[in-house]
Amino acid sequence: MARRTFSIGGVHPDDAKISRACKLEVLPTPPVVWIGLSQHIGAPAKPVVAVGDKVKVGQPVAEPGGFMSAFIHSSVSGTVKSIGPRKDLSGNVQTYIEIEVEGDEWAEGIDRSDTLVTDIPEDPKLIIEKIRLGGVVGLGGATFPTHVKLSPPPGKKCEMLIINGCECEPYLTSDFRTLLEKGEQVVVGTALIKQALGVEKATIAIEDNKLEAVENIHRILSTLKAKSPKYFGIEVMPLMKKYPEGGEKQLIDAVMHRQVKSGGLPIDVGAVVQNVCTALAVYEAVQKNKPLIDNSVTVTGECFPRQANVLVRVGTPLRYIIDSLGGMPADAAKVVSGGPMMGKAIANLDAPTLKGTGALLFLTEKQTRRMPETNCIRCGKCSDACPMGLEPFLLVRLARSGDTESLESNAVQDCIMCGCCLYSCPAGIPLLDEISSARGQVLGIIKARAAAAKAAAEAVKAKTE
Amino acid sequence: MDKLLVSPNPHLHSKTTTKVLMRDVVIALMPAVIVSVVFYGWKELLVLAVSVLSCVLVEWAVTRYMLKKPSTIGDLSAVVTGILLALNLPYTTPWWIVFIGAVVAVGVAKMTFGGLGQNVFNPALVGRVFLLISFPAAMTHWEIPKGLFGVDAVSGATPLGFINEGGTVAEYLSSSGMSYSQMLFANIGGSAGEACALAILAGFVYLLVRKVIKPWITLSILGTVVLVSGVFHLADPASFTDPLFNILTGGMLLGSCFMATDYVTSPMTTKGGIVFGVGIGFITLMIRYFGSYPEGMSFAILIMNSTVPLLDRLFHRKKYGRN
Repeated sequence: MARRTFSIGGVHPDDAKISRACKLEVLPTPPVVWIGLSQHIGAPAKPVVAVGDKVKVGQPVAEPGGFMSAFIHSSVSGTVKSIGPRKDLSGNVQTYIEIEVEGDEWAEGIDRSDTLVTDIPEDPKLIIEKIRLGGVVGLGGATFPTHVKLSPPPGKKCEMLIINGCECEPYLTSDFRTLLEKGEQVVVGTALIKQALGVEKATIAIEDNKLEAVENIHRILSTLKAKSPKYFGIEVMPLMKKYPEGGEKQLIDAVMHRQVKSGGLPIDVGAVVQNVCTALAVYEAVQKNKPLIDNSVTVTGECFPRQANVLVRVGTPLRYIIDSLGGMPADAAKVVSGGPMMGKAIANLDAPTLKGTGALLFLTEKQTRRMPETNCIRCGKCSDACPMGLEPFLLVRLARSGDTESLESNAVQDCIMCGCCLYSCPAGIPLLDEISSARGQVLGIIKARAAAAKAAAEAVKAKTE
Repeated sequence: MDKLLVSPNPHLHSKTTTKVLMRDVVIALMPAVIVSVVFYGWKELLVLAVSVLSCVLVEWAVTRYMLKKPSTIGDLSAVVTGILLALNLPYTTPWWIVFIGAVVAVGVAKMTFGGLGQNVFNPALVGRVFLLISFPAAMTHWEIPKGLFGVDAVSGATPLGFINEGGTVAEYLSSSGMSYSQMLFANIGGSAGEACALAILAGFVYLLVRKVIKPWITLSILGTVVLVSGVFHLADPASFTDPLFNILTGGMLLGSCFMATDYVTSPMTTKGGIVFGVGIGFITLMIRYFGSYPEGMSFAILIMNSTVPLLDRLFHRKKYGRN
């Protein structure tokens, strides 16, 4: 049977997974870390430590700043030196807690042994609370607080948990290495999330350029299924490789043949999607009491001297990682945080890693060069590529004429910023650049309209009462 | 701060540029070009050379002296127009008529609209139709070709011209000594590019394999021609030519494979493309059956070119999560 994939658009950039054979290795702890307070989508966390405080590894240093927020823990042991502004990787100022490292003393209650704990707690509330206390956020890129995602709004029922092991971006290999080397933990983490959601079925979706990982998970599943019925209903599914398969909406389409309505949530079609590394973090938080204090980062690029998949403590300065692995290559013109399709170009290498930092990719000027813009030849490659079924050639024209009404009716707000349009344009038109700013504008208009409608409704209600 | 390139995603780009696409079209046209030169000899080579050079020259001159912008000839689109124009002319066309055709094709039909991508009508066809109307004698004068290597040539009237004069298919076949299977390889008598169906189809397959074009427009044109001429032919075989004859003659294959599939002047969506193709097939047949011209492919494509903006408004892609 042909392997499943998503039904609309997509592109096939060169795989370039040159670090796929590099085993996960632990990067030495840096002398100082800066722990950001905005490491997740939602309100920044509020610090619970003061300058001069001694902290241990895994000790909370900040608490959620709202419903949509998460705990943040110290990734090192040492002394809080400062709490204040510092530039992030784009050069924007954020608040960080600076901790000078002394030794490596861990907070009490954290199980640092390698023993695999496979017993799944019965109570979903307990699991979700442990995830919340562990500061777990989605590690697939969006850093959505995991405990929020695992608490569907009343009336919404999850039918399938999808564990996203697609890693569809070129170059990235940390999810792949995690599936190979920490597959057991990922599977237990999957079972934990499944239990928390009270869902029967879970699918670990992996693209077919990583069949070793598919095989490994398959083997682990049969062992664990023999042990406990808690692992029943978990399956591994190889998917046909195509970018952006790992996009939440595309993955749901590929695995379940269902499409999330525009403006809707995956739970509306009965799906919850979590990344492989999130499942690992859930395992560590629930079974080992270990909060999210480190994550795996792919360090790669043809011009970089040493390919690596490293386990990095949260808050490690990027420059420290680069220097530990051989230093900045002379011909690297661009350093990307994340993959080449959706990652962010780094402006400031002194910025520290965040929970969601998944990769450092080094590109030469030649690799990343953009062509000068020429006339659109109406080849339609952008619309063939768009996985949301949009028409980028049309959107860019509307964006340049500032026609927000037509932009909205042509669904610019549905854009997922995957970069397929700009990637495939033969005329070098900066499609996504234009579309993403138009999208921001239209989303703002939609939000303002909703707020105005709500205010009007409330005014009417107040009048009638 | 470090001296790093900072720009929005994506950070990699496909290597398929406009130039690469146009180069693929040129490659795809090579079988037809080679066959036409073999069949029609050095005269055809002259037509090709004059056409390509004039198209490139006109584009260069317009960008350089009128628009005062960097030249765009490097994208090879003028070369494509030049080859297509040449393949749409009889090999006997005098060089100065070819030159006028190139000026109209590139200078008028393409550059006045803003250059590549902006034109409403297929430039090569505008050039051809302009010449057809302006120099009807030269454009419909078919000489028995000697061929580059003295290949046996059969001619007289073009097949469609023969039919238009009141002849029947059977009469054409017997008078010219041709059969349908021969017409696949050598359909002598017509514009140079119509010489060999197989050469055109080989180029078409190349474009499909290289994913330069999709097959829908071509298939819907040919499908419509087969269907509509089939109905007419069944109803009255004596007055209306059969489907296979219509496919193999005139500019049907060259037009449906290379002219109607031009990116710039065809619809963006598959659905739009199918409607576009049905229109071309139908109009062509109506002109062939009832019009005063023996062939209607050029007119049909140009007429349907004008509906493209409308078809692009009518048909959109299927969007994710909005059905």
